[in-house]
Amino acid sequence: MTGTEDYLADTAVSRNGASGEVVLEVTDLTVGFPSDDGLVEAVRGVSYQLRSGEVLGIVGESGSGKSVTSLAVMGLLPGNARVTGSVKFRGRELIGAKESELNSVRGRNVAMIFQDPMTSLNPVYSVGYQVAEAVRAHQKVGRAEAMNRAAELLELVRIPNPRQRLENYPHELSGGMRQRVVIAIAMANDPDVIIADEPTTALDVTVQAQIMESLHFAQEQTGAAMILITHDLGVIAGQADRVMVMYAGKPVETGTVEDIFYTPRMPYTFGLLGSLPRLDRISGRLTPIPGAPPAVVNMPPGCPFTPRCPLSVAVCEEEEPVLEQTTGPGHLAACHRSDMLVGKSPGDVFETTVVDTEALAQFVQTTEEHS
Amino acid sequence: MTAEALRKDPDAAGGPSAILSAHHLVKNFPIRSKGLLRRQIGAVQAVSDVSFELGHGETLGLVGESGCGKSTTARLVLNLIPATSGQVFYDGKDLTTLSGKAMRTLRQDLQSVFQDPFASLDPRMPINEIIAEPLRIHGRYDDGGRQQVQDLLRTVGLKPEHGNRFPHEFSGGQRQRIGVARALALRPKVLVLDEPVSALDVSIQAGVLNLLDELQTELNLSYLFVSHDLSVVRHIADRIAVMYLGKIVETGTSDELFDGSAHPYTQALISAIPLPDPRKERARERITVVGDVPSPADPPSGCRFRTRCPKFAGELNDTERARCTDEEPALTVRDIGHPVACHFARRRQMI
Repeated sequence: MTGTEDYLADTAVSRNGASGEVVLEVTDLTVGFPSDDGLVEAVRGVSYQLRSGEVLGIVGESGSGKSVTSLAVMGLLPGNARVTGSVKFRGRELIGAKESELNSVRGRNVAMIFQDPMTSLNPVYSVGYQVAEAVRAHQKVGRAEAMNRAAELLELVRIPNPRQRLENYPHELSGGMRQRVVIAIAMANDPDVIIADEPTTALDVTVQAQIMESLHFAQEQTGAAMILITHDLGVIAGQADRVMVMYAGKPVETGTVEDIFYTPRMPYTFGLLGSLPRLDRISGRLTPIPGAPPAVVNMPPGCPFTPRCPLSVAVCEEEEPVLEQTTGPGHLAACHRSDMLVGKSPGDVFETTVVDTEALAQFVQTTEEHS
Repeated sequence: MTAEALRKDPDAAGGPSAILSAHHLVKNFPIRSKGLLRRQIGAVQAVSDVSFELGHGETLGLVGESGCGKSTTARLVLNLIPATSGQVFYDGKDLTTLSGKAMRTLRQDLQSVFQDPFASLDPRMPINEIIAEPLRIHGRYDDGGRQQVQDLLRTVGLKPEHGNRFPHEFSGGQRQRIGVARALALRPKVLVLDEPVSALDVSIQAGVLNLLDELQTELNLSYLFVSHDLSVVRHIADRIAVMYLGKIVETGTSDELFDGSAHPYTQALISAIPLPDPRKERARERITVVGDVPSPADPPSGCRFRTRCPKFAGELNDTERARCTDEEPALTVRDIGHPVACHFARRRQMI
């Protein structure tokens, strides 16, 4: 990322400053699942504040705890999950709240959009019924009125011929249409927070672009804050104001979208950016991060990224780093060695060679002999 | 395809530079009626008249969205499913007419790596056996097979002592390396890679891409790389063919396509992919298409993309539109510099 270590005020990309009021406050959230091998620590201490109108992007690889975090916020985890910490929606504590109290918040104040619309919609009810159901769950309106509202909502998310579509069942719609219906349901009660968990992952790219547009529109219309969970850094770059990078159940770097993409200060973020094939330039070698994410059972002390980190030193194995300020007040990274990344490019830090060159040379030789 | 393209064809039957070429490949899957007779009542036109050439040591990227026929094309090329019509030439031989025995011999040269490393490795076989299987099938195991398997494991960046483990003991990226090792075991010349990195996390995906890159450089392999991910294809491919509803709509070198694609679909595809660069991403001009891909059982007349085409909807007048509806655009060079199947093709920089 050399050459981008500047802070051009006129190219600031955040749509909203962090000026809105705090709608969702998560403090020291942990989630564990008991298993035969011990406690699976899926989330190991997540804290963030979400202000109204803001888009917080949460990035991480599979198993990093990004989805479990938001399921915990919504109180949707299975009964055996052990959740500690605090989740406050406008000052109301949601962890440990009664089911009835959660029900009054879920869907009305905090709405959720899941990855796979085929499983989040009920196959035996028409989409009109399902959208109207969301309206009637929180508003005192009659059936007919709720249906009218459903048609309006479908129109808002740009479903053509919304009146006719009300009668359709989910299987009669395409993947993109279904996800629009889910977005319409999320918008139904004018929520303050929309949590979108991989909303476009199952879709083709051209449809993905349409859905991102709808989602953006939904967020603007409702003025809601949004948590956008995805593994696609491109989507984050286009949509998020602030970003939280998660690894092994913990945030390892947070900052504005510019901080994260132009001056990353955690080797994991660094490697992740370097491992992306780019559409906008001819990339030389990519920088894969060696190894695989750790299992979150019986974790050893120290930074969980140590076994994959090219910069690790002795202290990394002993002491887990905490989030500390790096380039600016809002830009935090959890790394003992973040200073080592100043002015470097991913290729300087990570190895790009992935094969045993000696073995490969030998293989080439035997291939030539063979033919 | 048009008469013009047909006329050019005879000498294209595996030109000197091409190792593998496909000519007017067509694959229709029958749709049958319900009931006892199961009469054929239609056909899914999965691949309709696709032609391309793959050079020695070259990577051809085949991109498109789900249902565009890219994977079916890959299977046709390997002769894993019979083509409805058309030919595939490898080394001067037409694969579609070969006997089973002759095809089996040729398979040593044409190998493939599949998308899902969880499904393409037999869970009950240790890795050594998985990689040894092709050698055994072709009667080449007795000739130092054990050693070869160990060398292969080292070549793809795994440890030989892992050979006795089973697939479930490996991560997705490692499994995909095992798949690559198995494909390499017979020392092929062409690898057909069907979405080889789509199921992997990005940091792992980069490792597999680098591996493929290094293998190609050292072994002079030719890759037919099928993917829905344009960024990956740009990274790895020398030439790219973009498919839509069973047809190639634009083809050219990687640079030609990214510096100035001319088909509205390619433009929409490129513009739909978000760039991992906030300033660039937010400053981009976007071409969005509406709706979803029509059913390949009943594709639109004329140009198959017209129902979603932003140009058709916004820029053209009625006579021009009539041309899109009535006349199928041929995949020819026009005045663009590379073949594109659009009557009103115009180069446009999308990044």
